[in-house]
Amino acid sequence: MFGIKADWSLDVFERYFTLGDYSGGEARWCPGCGDFAVLNTVHRVLRDAQLPPEKSVAVSGIGCSSRLPHYMGTYGLHGLHGRALPLANGIKAHRPELDVWVATGDGDCFSIGAGPWIHSVRLNMDMVVLVFDNAIYGLTKKQTSPTSPAGMKTNTHPAGAPLPALNPLTVTLGITNVSFVAQVPDWNPPLLFETIKKAHEHRGTSFVRILQRCPVFSEGFSKPLQENPDKFVLLEHENGIQADDSVKRVFGNTVEHDPRDWLGAMKLAKDDEQLPIGLLYHDPDAVVYEDIAAKDIGKSDEEKIAAINAAMDAFAI
Amino acid sequence: MTDQATGNVVDLDSATITGKKPVQIDEHIVEIVSDSGEGAQKCGQTFGAIGAKMGNGIWTVEIIPAEIQPPARSPAGASGNRIRVGSKYITNMGNEADLVVAFNEQVLFSRIANGAYKDGTIVLLENKWANDPQEEIREAYANAVKEFRDNGLIVHELPMEEKCLKLVANARRGKNMFVLGMLCHIYNRDVEKGHAEIQAAFGRKGEKVVKINQDLFDAGYAFAHENVEYHYDIPVEAGISDKPMMVCNGNTALGLGVMASGMDMVSMYPITPATSASHYIADVYDKVGGFVHQAEDEIAAIGFAIGASYAGKTACTITSGPGMALKTELIGLAVMGEIPLVIVDVQRGGPSTGLPTKVEQGDLLSSMFGMPGDAPKIVIAAATIEECFHFTIMARKLAESFRGPVIMLTDANLATGVQPWERPELQEEWLAPPIDQSEWDRSVPPYDWDKETGLSQRPIPGQPNGMYVLTGLSHTNRSKVAYDSETNQTTAEHRSRKLAALQSTLKPPTIHGDEEGDLLIVGWGSTLGAIEEAVDIHRQQGHKVSSVHLRFLSPLEPGLKDIFARFKKVMTIEINYSDKPDAPLINDENRRRSQLANVLRMQTLVDVDCWSMVYGHPLQPGELVEVIGERLDALNS
Repeated sequence: MFGIKADWSLDVFERYFTLGDYSGGEARWCPGCGDFAVLNTVHRVLRDAQLPPEKSVAVSGIGCSSRLPHYMGTYGLHGLHGRALPLANGIKAHRPELDVWVATGDGDCFSIGAGPWIHSVRLNMDMVVLVFDNAIYGLTKKQTSPTSPAGMKTNTHPAGAPLPALNPLTVTLGITNVSFVAQVPDWNPPLLFETIKKAHEHRGTSFVRILQRCPVFSEGFSKPLQENPDKFVLLEHENGIQADDSVKRVFGNTVEHDPRDWLGAMKLAKDDEQLPIGLLYHDPDAVVYEDIAAKDIGKSDEEKIAAINAAMDAFAI
Repeated sequence: MTDQATGNVVDLDSATITGKKPVQIDEHIVEIVSDSGEGAQKCGQTFGAIGAKMGNGIWTVEIIPAEIQPPARSPAGASGNRIRVGSKYITNMGNEADLVVAFNEQVLFSRIANGAYKDGTIVLLENKWANDPQEEIREAYANAVKEFRDNGLIVHELPMEEKCLKLVANARRGKNMFVLGMLCHIYNRDVEKGHAEIQAAFGRKGEKVVKINQDLFDAGYAFAHENVEYHYDIPVEAGISDKPMMVCNGNTALGLGVMASGMDMVSMYPITPATSASHYIADVYDKVGGFVHQAEDEIAAIGFAIGASYAGKTACTITSGPGMALKTELIGLAVMGEIPLVIVDVQRGGPSTGLPTKVEQGDLLSSMFGMPGDAPKIVIAAATIEECFHFTIMARKLAESFRGPVIMLTDANLATGVQPWERPELQEEWLAPPIDQSEWDRSVPPYDWDKETGLSQRPIPGQPNGMYVLTGLSHTNRSKVAYDSETNQTTAEHRSRKLAALQSTLKPPTIHGDEEGDLLIVGWGSTLGAIEEAVDIHRQQGHKVSSVHLRFLSPLEPGLKDIFARFKKVMTIEINYSDKPDAPLINDENRRRSQLANVLRMQTLVDVDCWSMVYGHPLQPGELVEVIGERLDALNS
């Protein structure tokens, strides 16, 4: 019928995945936490992509956001503080067919994991890196993070964070071989969905900084942004993230920005007065490290033994 | 006969005049020492390889300056190679050298300080310094030569550089092959094999380079024929080479083992003396179907390996002590999450940056215990270059069977030592099986711990119905985070029980020597050859000394308590620190003992004594003969 093979169509229906297939145990974040929004969005993106849950791996470090793998129905690796990215890279290196997600936070990625952050962006392995940035250490109860705004009162700096906040966007954009940089607030579901979907579609490391609400420890960071959408500028472009009218009604400031324009992205990222949201930078042609790492794998046992024997011949007596 | 360069009359007792038949000897220890960058290491390695290929027993040790470009003509810059070559199989670097070729006199001072030479060691010394334009150098040279002779060295000053300059414009590049030619004449080596080694070493650089190096070799050979009275033959004793053999250093053997085990991922960060293993693997891995990942740091290197292991085949990370320290937290994750992983620690001197190029067995306790909480893991130690190969294959299988990290300890002595070993016949069963992607039985939890052994099978990403979230947090058999007392207690028991399960499959160690006696020496790792040679010397004198050499350190090989009970005294000999029993303030209660001694005392409650040192060089059998002799005297008095 219509040239479609019956078994093909049957197969599709047999393995139709619902949101439930991608979700795991009950999420235990604080009421009002922005992490819920991200988790639900990831489930939706996966459901829309209809990827078999066993083919996805959610990797994380340590922190509130790093609990995300436990709430997924996929495979997961809840690693160590700051080390999500090397673990994720290793997974991808010889299993390029696996769909890899990384959940990390501002402390996990920009502080203890700063080394892996820089080098993993450069490796550009195909994965979505979601940085839940709430400008505070939440799990350990309110310590200053690299992105805590100057003056923010924390338990480690009761008089206020002493230094200007680190700008993760300019740093990430400055890394050679960077291929995808986006920023989005967690409290606008359509934009969050489109951003994560676009990140998932990109082949390479999709770095998404999610401005995330921590209602318990850093409301001072997110509340003014929530209450004043004019603090944002929405990036628009035919190659960017497509926001629907509901998004544009909220974020009145818009600017046309070609995500291929690196210098333009850097200027937008540098602006502390108006935070850019949408796709800052996209280079679909950047080198992807698993293309190098997995280049020679898959030799047969006979080929391996022949090659090792040839190697040993060089030392034969 | 008169030495042409010096006019000294040469003692002929230990040598024969050129043209006569070579003197037959059982073995000799030869050193070639130069400034860094003059090629003495290459010369020594090639000389060793020629001997191995002729069927001789060989053990080589690299003499490495700790700096990349130390000043010329300085004791600190001594760079080169020591080759012990003999009729029989050789297992260690031996005692003092018999013959030394030195490119300048200053580098010899560091070797003398190391006790490398004896009364009667022959020194073939470059003599160009005697006529150096700088008076200081002429003086230093003359003073040194006098001092060497006063101390019993037999010094021959030879115009090696002058002869090389007839063939090349810069003798710095080429003198080493001239010296190789000389040594090949002195030790009656096969010239064809010498040419073949030069071809193999320089083939990539083109025929022109091969030719000039072969010409230098020939010139050195002819020079020695005419000017060096020493001429020896080291016949090959039948039986040491009846099987196909190969010759390489321990890091190369380790690299071959990684490949033969089927591991197709090595994730590393550069660290001496481990890195050359990864260099070797990288050189041939593409043909075998593998990949070397150089990570941004030691932590990311093991993280990458753990990620790869979690998602499929067991991966490998190769490092040394400081790298192990950095990897500690992630090793803990592999223990807690039960991720198979092979970690090779090519030990060097520590703590901190320590002695990067020198040997120590200092990482045993940190490998076993250096971790927060209880982190039981398998620790094995290769004792020979051959074991560097075979143990890597075993390590992968252990990691998978016992679902966790396996630490394999080697050291700088094995890493750079060269020895012939039996060429393995590669087995398909050594290779890792393909990644299982079949459907997982949903009713089986991801940690289906066997109550008795703690063992379980692991699901691998991609397997339908096997989905679980691996975590470093305390977790149930479904890998659900669980902070309750019962879960934490029982899962700790399961992880620990795996070591007992492994131990139940091991045999008691073989005793070298009699099953009972006065003194039992216990060793581990690269000290095997030196310990057994020393024990044999005592046994030939009728002393009741035996030794055992442990390959499994965690769990320990079984039956040690019974073995120890059959000897009056048990002691370890190790290359790590211990307080000397008669040192100031030291008594039996506060004495800090060597690492294996601590483990054995703890596990057997036997009063195990120890002798250990951290000189940075491998153990010498002569030194151990004295140590054992002293202990025997103490026992019998």
